Amino acid sequence: MKFTFKQSLAALGCAALLSGCTATANSNKTNPDNNNSDTVSSVINKDPYPSTYKPIPGKPTIITNVTVIDGVGGKIENGMVYFADGVIQAVGESLTIPSGAQVIDGKGKWLTPGIIDNHSHLGVYPAPSTRSHSDGNEMTSPVTAKVWAEHSVWPQDPGFAKALAGGVTSLQILPGSANLFGGRSVVLKNLPSRTMQDMKFPDAPYGVKMACGENPKRVYGQKGGPMTRMGNVAGYRQAFANALDYKRAWDKYEQEVAQGKSPKPPKRDLNMDSLAGILSGDILVHMHCYRADEMVVMMDVMKEFGYQIGTFHHAVEAYKIADKLAENNVCSAMWADWWGFKMEAYDGIRENIPMVHNAGACAIVHSDSKIGIQRLNQEAAKAWSDGVRAGFDISKEEAWIWLSANPAKSLGVFDKTGSIETGKQADLVLWNGDPFSTYTKAEKVFIDGGLAFDLNKPDTWPVSDFELGQTVEGEGK
Amino acid sequence: MKYALVLLSLLASAMVNAEKLAIVGGQVHTMGEMGVLEQGTVLINNGQIEAVSQSTDIPSGYQRIDASGKVVTPGLIGAMTSLGLVEVSMSAGPVHSSVDDHAVSKTGAALDVSYAINTDATVVGVSRLEGVTSAATAIQSSGQLFHGQGAVISLDPNGDPILAPNAFMVLKVTGAAAQANGGSKAALWVAIETAFNEAKEAAIKGQSPMFRYADSWHGITSKADVKVLQEVLKGAMPLFIYADSAADIRQVIRFKARNEGLKVTLVGGVEAWRVAEELVAANISVVLDPESNLPGNFEQLGATLRNAAKLESAGGKVAIGMNTHNIRLATQHAGNAVSHGLSHEQGLAALTINPATMLGVDGKLGSLEAGKQADVVIWSGDPLEVTESAEQVIINGKMIEMTSRQDKLMKRYKAFYGANGTTPHYIR
Repeated sequence: MKFTFKQSLAALGCAALLSGCTATANSNKTNPDNNNSDTVSSVINKDPYPSTYKPIPGKPTIITNVTVIDGVGGKIENGMVYFADGVIQAVGESLTIPSGAQVIDGKGKWLTPGIIDNHSHLGVYPAPSTRSHSDGNEMTSPVTAKVWAEHSVWPQDPGFAKALAGGVTSLQILPGSANLFGGRSVVLKNLPSRTMQDMKFPDAPYGVKMACGENPKRVYGQKGGPMTRMGNVAGYRQAFANALDYKRAWDKYEQEVAQGKSPKPPKRDLNMDSLAGILSGDILVHMHCYRADEMVVMMDVMKEFGYQIGTFHHAVEAYKIADKLAENNVCSAMWADWWGFKMEAYDGIRENIPMVHNAGACAIVHSDSKIGIQRLNQEAAKAWSDGVRAGFDISKEEAWIWLSANPAKSLGVFDKTGSIETGKQADLVLWNGDPFSTYTKAEKVFIDGGLAFDLNKPDTWPVSDFELGQTVEGEGK
Repeated sequence: MKYALVLLSLLASAMVNAEKLAIVGGQVHTMGEMGVLEQGTVLINNGQIEAVSQSTDIPSGYQRIDASGKVVTPGLIGAMTSLGLVEVSMSAGPVHSSVDDHAVSKTGAALDVSYAINTDATVVGVSRLEGVTSAATAIQSSGQLFHGQGAVISLDPNGDPILAPNAFMVLKVTGAAAQANGGSKAALWVAIETAFNEAKEAAIKGQSPMFRYADSWHGITSKADVKVLQEVLKGAMPLFIYADSAADIRQVIRFKARNEGLKVTLVGGVEAWRVAEELVAANISVVLDPESNLPGNFEQLGATLRNAAKLESAGGKVAIGMNTHNIRLATQHAGNAVSHGLSHEQGLAALTINPATMLGVDGKLGSLEAGKQADVVIWSGDPLEVTESAEQVIINGKMIEMTSRQDKLMKRYKAFYGANGTTPHYIR
């Protein structure tokens, strides 16, 4: 306790004075992926709202006789999966049953990695969607990279529990798409809790939401701009040009500190913190973008300023440029069949996801919906069957990559979760049948090896504070 | 399987104009008294269903369509849509599903969407391809008391799309509707009562009510509104009322009890299951979204995936399909209602005969029975399974061309990659 207190003091000192802090002062709080000590983030506390997530305790468990989809393209017809201490210990056709392990007979059932939704607004646009709860879109300026979605997340949103019943084990909460830069995202483990920090995925990198096209135009067209797509692009470019200056100033400052000098720190700018994080590769870019031509322009902006776009979100026209998306290593997070509600969604087709996959690009099924997130397996099933009908040779086990491995990559957590492989976090869903059927449900959902949802025990389903004492206390009552 | 598909599509393109069709060997869900025929035959002649039977003898002159291993249902009916009124809903238009106040109608009752229907809208072609053959279409957004008269339209690519103009009246008594009408349900319902009372009074006053009305009228309704509301009061025009909370639904039930002639359908009905028995006793069916299980507001705290199933248990009927651009997903919605307790047959009925009955067009649509309009869909399998699809759609007795703008986009880009992207130009 005392130790922690001292650490916080040190962190406070760094934040307040921005001097005299070495790269190691906060290294325990920085992303382990980032060992680059000359980035701006080495003196600014990158993790001021640290995760306090604790997995629910689980028992060593072996699931037998089950159809395993491993999430990286493999399938075992009659397999076994053993997990203990929150981690997948063994996967195979036949395993020795460890003594003391709980055995679950998976006959007729399917086991998949937990679904990861990389596009959710749960908590920031919660249910009930009153104006008081509308905390997802800081529509006050086109560049608000400074806002963090985690500061808006209301953990009592009943939507988290509904998503859990649909097999969602991790999810990214994004700000809305009104702004060119909408703010930072947060990745959560889907264990509904008292606080956002209790749900925060340990050591997941931050993302920044960016947006193309109609939304920024519509929102700012009469409020000082941008009012055109070329205005949008000028906005991203100016912001990144500023961020390059900012990053240079901080890099120089840190270099001088390292040389034992006592330079005056540059002025802190929270927008620029996020943008500099994109330039250094610490922060992943999630860009709302529908039209093919716009995505290609953005991939040129990306090269102009030397950053990487991680994922285009919605990407309704990704099928038109799937080759270029593959070339540039950019993922596309897509709906199975939403289309037409606005002009940039007019060319939506049902085969978008399989066509992106077929071109060798990274395809993801996302929800952007508190209803859709409850049955993302059905969204993948639709996209898969539409692809097969159109002549694309894709198996169900390949299609599951869209629900787990690829979104995990998009969120920078694939080293931890997103597949049924030894050593991965035991985020698993046992389905009571083939999850490509409308009638199949998630029977058991494990997060870090703990049983988070059991279809057959409605009394144990999560009930948020908000629901307590209301007409329906969760679906279970 | 694939071979059969190819054959089917060959037949489809060759026989688009066939007058006499025999669909043979499919599992036929008649949605009528004949129930399900495991291997049935549907004869279509001159735009109508001629016969449905288990006979395998096909009279001469009929184009035979082999539906073995497939499922045959009536064409789906969009229960509450804006099909034909909308092209691109946001920032592009045209959009005729929202209205501004206009002096022609003080309460909105007289508004008539049948003037605004355009079935060339892209969404109509896309929906048709997936088995939606007709739809209730209405104004969805209005600040006025009534949302006006909806129509029942056909998604037939040829001919007059209007199956029934002035088919139903739309009214909302939700909190949002109250906000737009006096800011309180205490004001909203008085306005509704007043409008209907004026229509009653105008009807009572002598042989020429319209004349009397024109002479000395100071009501909240305009002449055009009164005329329409009289049809609603008689039950000649069904009244579709949006309400979600049990409290509001009880008001709807009481309103119907006070006006016995009304033919009422509840729309939305998120908490309908809480008053299921009262609804059934009042003969009120419900158009609902079975996936709506989170409260959008405080009127929907009872939202549950089991809404449809609980209404069925109480003896009620539901229709499923509240959407426009993705009305084609009504099959998935119904499937999810079934996976939460609705019977499979009622899941199909919710897409066909139930909405037809609510809309008063069940004499013509909604089931495969002799004499009805030949709107038929041949599915690859269970229509409520997300992995199955409509393989051939028949509207008014004619096989439609199974292609859409979306289909052409897919094929264009598939061909582009097939040619290794050799030419990025779209010069043809």
